[in-house]
Amino acid sequence: MNELPAGHTRIDQVSEDVEPALPRVVAGKVRCDACPVLCQISPGRSGACDRWGNVAGKLTRLESLVLTQAGEPAGGTFLTGVGAGTTYPDYKPAPFIVSSRHDDVDMVTVVTEGIFSYCSFKVKIDTDRHLGAEQSSIRHRGEIVGHVTTAEYGSQMLSIGGVHHLTGGSKKEGRATCELMAALGNKQAVEVSIDGGANLTIQAGAAPLVNGVPEQRMRVGCGSATIGIFAQQWRGLVDEVVVVDDHITGVLSEHQAGRYLGIPPSGIELKGRRSTPGRYFKVANPGVGWGGTDIQEPLSIIAGFDHSISWHGMRLLMVSTTGEHAEYFVLDEALRPQAATMPDALRTVVERIADNCEPAVATVLFVAGAGGSLRAGVTESPVELTRAIKQGRVNVTCGGAPAYVWPGGGITVMVDVARMPERSFGTVPTPAIVAPIEFTLSLDAFRDLGGHMASVQPLADVLAQQAERITRVPSVNPWPVGAKAWLG
Amino acid sequence: MSGRGGATRGLLEGGRWHFQHGPIDLIIEVEGEPVIEDCWREFQGVLPALVAELPALRQAAHRHPGVSGGIARRMLAACAPFAAERFITPMAAVAGAVADELLGACARPGVRRASINNGGDIALWLTAGTAYRIGIWSQVERLVPRAPAVSPLDALFSIDAKSPVRGVATSGWRGRSQSLGIADSVTVLARTAAAADAAATLIANAVNCDAPGILRAPAVSVKDDSDLGERLVTVAVPPLPVTAIAEALAQGRAEALRWQQRGLLEGAVLCLQGQIEIVAPVAAAPPVPVAPATAMEAA
Repeated sequence: MNELPAGHTRIDQVSEDVEPALPRVVAGKVRCDACPVLCQISPGRSGACDRWGNVAGKLTRLESLVLTQAGEPAGGTFLTGVGAGTTYPDYKPAPFIVSSRHDDVDMVTVVTEGIFSYCSFKVKIDTDRHLGAEQSSIRHRGEIVGHVTTAEYGSQMLSIGGVHHLTGGSKKEGRATCELMAALGNKQAVEVSIDGGANLTIQAGAAPLVNGVPEQRMRVGCGSATIGIFAQQWRGLVDEVVVVDDHITGVLSEHQAGRYLGIPPSGIELKGRRSTPGRYFKVANPGVGWGGTDIQEPLSIIAGFDHSISWHGMRLLMVSTTGEHAEYFVLDEALRPQAATMPDALRTVVERIADNCEPAVATVLFVAGAGGSLRAGVTESPVELTRAIKQGRVNVTCGGAPAYVWPGGGITVMVDVARMPERSFGTVPTPAIVAPIEFTLSLDAFRDLGGHMASVQPLADVLAQQAERITRVPSVNPWPVGAKAWLG
Repeated sequence: MSGRGGATRGLLEGGRWHFQHGPIDLIIEVEGEPVIEDCWREFQGVLPALVAELPALRQAAHRHPGVSGGIARRMLAACAPFAAERFITPMAAVAGAVADELLGACARPGVRRASINNGGDIALWLTAGTAYRIGIWSQVERLVPRAPAVSPLDALFSIDAKSPVRGVATSGWRGRSQSLGIADSVTVLARTAAAADAAATLIANAVNCDAPGILRAPAVSVKDDSDLGERLVTVAVPPLPVTAIAEALAQGRAEALRWQQRGLLEGAVLCLQGQIEIVAPVAAAPPVPVAPATAMEAA
């Protein structure tokens, strides 16, 4: 090989010539252009410098320490666990044990990142649309990463991640789960599919996409509740109202609310199974049509009209529980419903249904067990930490966000990822999830529970020594120092 | 300070400089003539030059076809003496070689003393009557920044101008580089930082045992483009029984003595979970070990 000319001139030559000769970026990797090494980085790994990494397909600055800053107390600074590093192997003191003052009491915050195998995300998706049967598997990149769990009022619930998918299945399953969890926790949009159900795009705090269509609204209530809310406003404007809902479809004239208002029977006969007067189960199958059913044509759920009761000119409104779908009919001479223009006064009430629906969002809660060995980073007697938390002497936060501490044994915490700083979550190849966690308590309490006193540093010193790594973010949370733990 | 793009530098307290470019982090201390601008000018060309030869530098050093850049040749030269008997690529000496090369810019008349610390791999320039005191913390997490007096130093040694040592390098599984072994740290004293770097890498690889709970993973599964390929590197070490620690340190000591006898290193300090093994320089004052008990109290 020939000698290259030495010195500064070579820089320009090299940086221009090297780039085109590089191999294509392999699928799933990102190429870092932070320096001339141009690392190609696989998901979940870092480049040669360990400063930049591939976090769920995005080139990301790693290991910055995140400070949350609060309005109260004025100028307050709280060091979060984001980027702190972990205590592994566990007997070492946590990466940062910092002291500060609050109301003239010396406070200590033990700041660390936990490596969690036992952790999951509970995702609430505000929709009545059928996303998949309870217990159905949820997949990401073809691997099973969670399941559909018990639905809640107006929302479908998913459980994603967890130890059995992270480490209990195949390597591929573990990696897919880990990648998905980190992305979900970091408030990125992720795609999953439900076996026998919908394809979803979910992102914490954003409208969920069901089969590619953004979900608009959460229903105002079930069909029966909708009748109850709006019955009085419909009186006089229409003779019969059917509120189509996958759970309970309501019929105004039969419903207790309609009877109470003196609305006469209309002779309408619905498909499905009558539960109590004016309330019908299973008028159709679950789906992504009207009111979480599979119907596109509302008249298909009407079995017929009783000719001894119904009348020519009878006005019928069919509407879904979100007001998203609504059609108006008038019965002809043969008592067949004919579509007609909806009167403005009636349309106003339909629009009010929509107005009363809250925007549909996906919310993501991180659930993790911190009751294990990471406690050794705080104290030499881990159960003392657990007890102190249960006694309300220690506040627990994740990235400065308040964490609900589940009752019973251990330290099982639940936290809204939307309240956590950006890129709070990371991964390790185990695979497992890395998440920040902070324990805040008075210095006296810290001493009492056998805390690593020799490792306590003033906050100002940590800030000075770690200045390059510090990222400041505004806090949206109650001030963690001096606050009580959120105990179950 | 370390933004994206090109090389950056910043002045630290005590007149020391921090140069950074991609994976290279240097702490530079120069006492005497202001040579820092020359050093900075040279530094900006370092990474592009290395990158240009990266594929060749990731090949085994044994029967290597050769490289052309100044730093690349230092790397290969430092690794070649080990290459017939051990798997090693020139990358094993990259940090030390960068430090050695840039020290050349500082080694001028009028400079009393200088050091370039490249992420723990240090090149030294000493003139008559000067010395450097170097301490080892094998577990950085135990460091207590506010109170150096109680910080758990694992070893402390002094290098003066009469000693042949001009390079000090440290390797271990915890750092940014990968290791086949389980040492928290292996620090090697040698005539150049590149030579120390290569030897420290091999000795750290040798500090090893088969205790349960040690997690290893193929190097490329941990770091893309690792020069170690599918070789298993250490990713976690649990607290080990004393017998396992002793066995692993004995393996490392044997490796260190092997290379010391060939004149490839002067001395070494091996640290594993608070236990320290010292391979003293022949005919020189050994490093002073610091009692581990002190270290434990501080933690």
